[in-house]
Amino acid sequence: MNRLLKSRELWLAVGIVAVVGLVTLRFPRFSQPGNLLTIFNDTSILMMLALGQMAVILTRSIDLSMASNLALTGMIVAMINAAMPGVPIPLLIAGAVLAGAALGAFNGILVWKLDIPPIVVTLGTLTIFRGLVFVISGGAWVNAAQMSQEFIQLQRGSFLGLPILSWFAIVVAGLVYLLMTRTPQGRAFYAIGVNPTAAVYTGIDVGRTKFLAFVLAGAISGLCGYLWISRYVIASVEVAGGYELTIIAACVIGGVSIAGGIGTVAGALLGALFLGVVNNALPVIGVSPFWQMAISGTAILVAVVLNGRSEKSKGRIILKKAEAGA
Amino acid sequence: MTDTTATGRQLPDRLDNPVKSAVLSWESLLVLVALAIFIANSFASPYFLNEWSLSDMTFNFTEKALIALAMALVIITGEIDLSVASIIALASTMMGLALQYGADTPTLVAVGVGVGILCGAFNGALITGLKLPSIVVTIGTMSLFRGIAYIVLGDQSFRGYPASFSWFGQGYVFWVISFELVLFLLAAVIFYVVLHHTNFGRRVFAIGNNATAARFSGVRVDRIKFILFCLTGLMSGLAAVLLTARLGSTRPSIAQGFELEVVTMVVLGGVSILGGSGSILGVVLAALIMGLVTFGLGLLNIPGIVMSIFIGALLIVVIALPILFRMWRQRRA
Repeated sequence: MNRLLKSRELWLAVGIVAVVGLVTLRFPRFSQPGNLLTIFNDTSILMMLALGQMAVILTRSIDLSMASNLALTGMIVAMINAAMPGVPIPLLIAGAVLAGAALGAFNGILVWKLDIPPIVVTLGTLTIFRGLVFVISGGAWVNAAQMSQEFIQLQRGSFLGLPILSWFAIVVAGLVYLLMTRTPQGRAFYAIGVNPTAAVYTGIDVGRTKFLAFVLAGAISGLCGYLWISRYVIASVEVAGGYELTIIAACVIGGVSIAGGIGTVAGALLGALFLGVVNNALPVIGVSPFWQMAISGTAILVAVVLNGRSEKSKGRIILKKAEAGA
Repeated sequence: MTDTTATGRQLPDRLDNPVKSAVLSWESLLVLVALAIFIANSFASPYFLNEWSLSDMTFNFTEKALIALAMALVIITGEIDLSVASIIALASTMMGLALQYGADTPTLVAVGVGVGILCGAFNGALITGLKLPSIVVTIGTMSLFRGIAYIVLGDQSFRGYPASFSWFGQGYVFWVISFELVLFLLAAVIFYVVLHHTNFGRRVFAIGNNATAARFSGVRVDRIKFILFCLTGLMSGLAAVLLTARLGSTRPSIAQGFELEVVTMVVLGGVSILGGSGSILGVVLAALIMGLVTFGLGLLNIPGIVMSIFIGALLIVVIALPILFRMWRQRRA
């Protein structure tokens, strides 16, 4: 099983290299280190979000509200920054993480205490959070002129040759990796995804574990809320509209099983990176950006077909025989 | 997304009183909610109680509700179809394309419905043929179908549909009764009979309650699921015809976000998202409630995005209230 998991990430990496290689054949400048770093930087936000979504999906849940959470926390920090430019940016980032975590906790409480299916809860909060963006902003935008320079420039700084935004992704990925592989909490995410009943008998609180997964996804959404707004320097109601499905797509392409219990940090990162590479390659090879959606749709379908083949449990022999006889 | 707490079932020593269970049913709760919103609307706006206002109100939900009828069956079997809005986009785009080649109204309708069925069959084949989870497959086809619409249209739009075609979305059969409403009511009756009074309907419930047991008792689970996905595609194709005719133009962003509203309608209608239970009457009432809420708030000049807060909150509150009530009763007992 372990080798199978390894090979899945390996194949995804091969796929990404193949795409980069094919584009490079025509346009040699595509695979220059500078451009590859740009792609990595462009994909940083998606990679972080995919990690949060993975934690939720591992527990047999789903969080459709991440993009709305991002838009709401982004609007909150942008408005605070516009009203009070003196508030230090690190404090603002901490606030964004807390606000995002609180929104995630709202999802989590409903799933934990009321036992409402996660898809219903987050379908509701998806529209509620985005509606709240409109309510707090009155439908107005916060644009670059209203934001302070530090707010915009922080993630554009560079450290050891990499933009700060990339470092955010690297640090978050490192922390989630440690959480998933080195802590009992990380094992609990996997355990309740593989077999919730067995997890209960080993002393894991299933509801609480799901709650924590939602809080993690929310906190990451909040962090990305600040990063998204300061990167694209506009806060509006439409920020990241429909992005929740791109996040899930990155997970699915990365081999995270929607049935829970299967998925790795490397897989989710590579899934996001694959989408990033494809989106970056399209304009280079002269394909209209309108192809993006159909291509990511096809990538999801191919990924789920490939994953499904390796995950498929053996069917019941008696039914197979009956079908063969009929 | 399954339940983890295995609680033993308590066997009752007598059947519930039918009158009592009808009064306490989900549907009667929905009727009460609908009445309350209706009365609140009449007080809130002087323009609400007017036959043309009420007729306009129905346009808020008929297209989505048509899809919700089929979606209810899909969700009862424990599956879901998130690609319905994208099927509308693709079917509408193909109708526009057919129009460019001089198609007449019957051909346009055939193209819309046909593309819908094909898309549904594609979903169904992937889900039942390859045994893939429907939520992921339809998230994929959701991007794929709308993606094709974007490839065809880019930032352009199709317009110039013939007047005879526009009748499907704008015409009235009798007085203030629109064609859309008549079609929806007709479809609702058909779905009601199919789900609650045929063998096929019983099998749909059987699959949702226990797919394995259903297979062992001779229900062709995969075939029924395949048919249901085709049916959802068909209803989405119909909705595409109505919506395109009503708007008179096709953009690739048409019907954006419909899938979530349709699922909200179904869940609000009392269909369990885990499968196995639900009724068509509930879905129809939920469609009416959502139409009343959006129309009433619209009369009060509340922007659409704020209405979505109400819809989202309605979804969570309506699901949470019975659970809270049950917990409260258990605590007292």
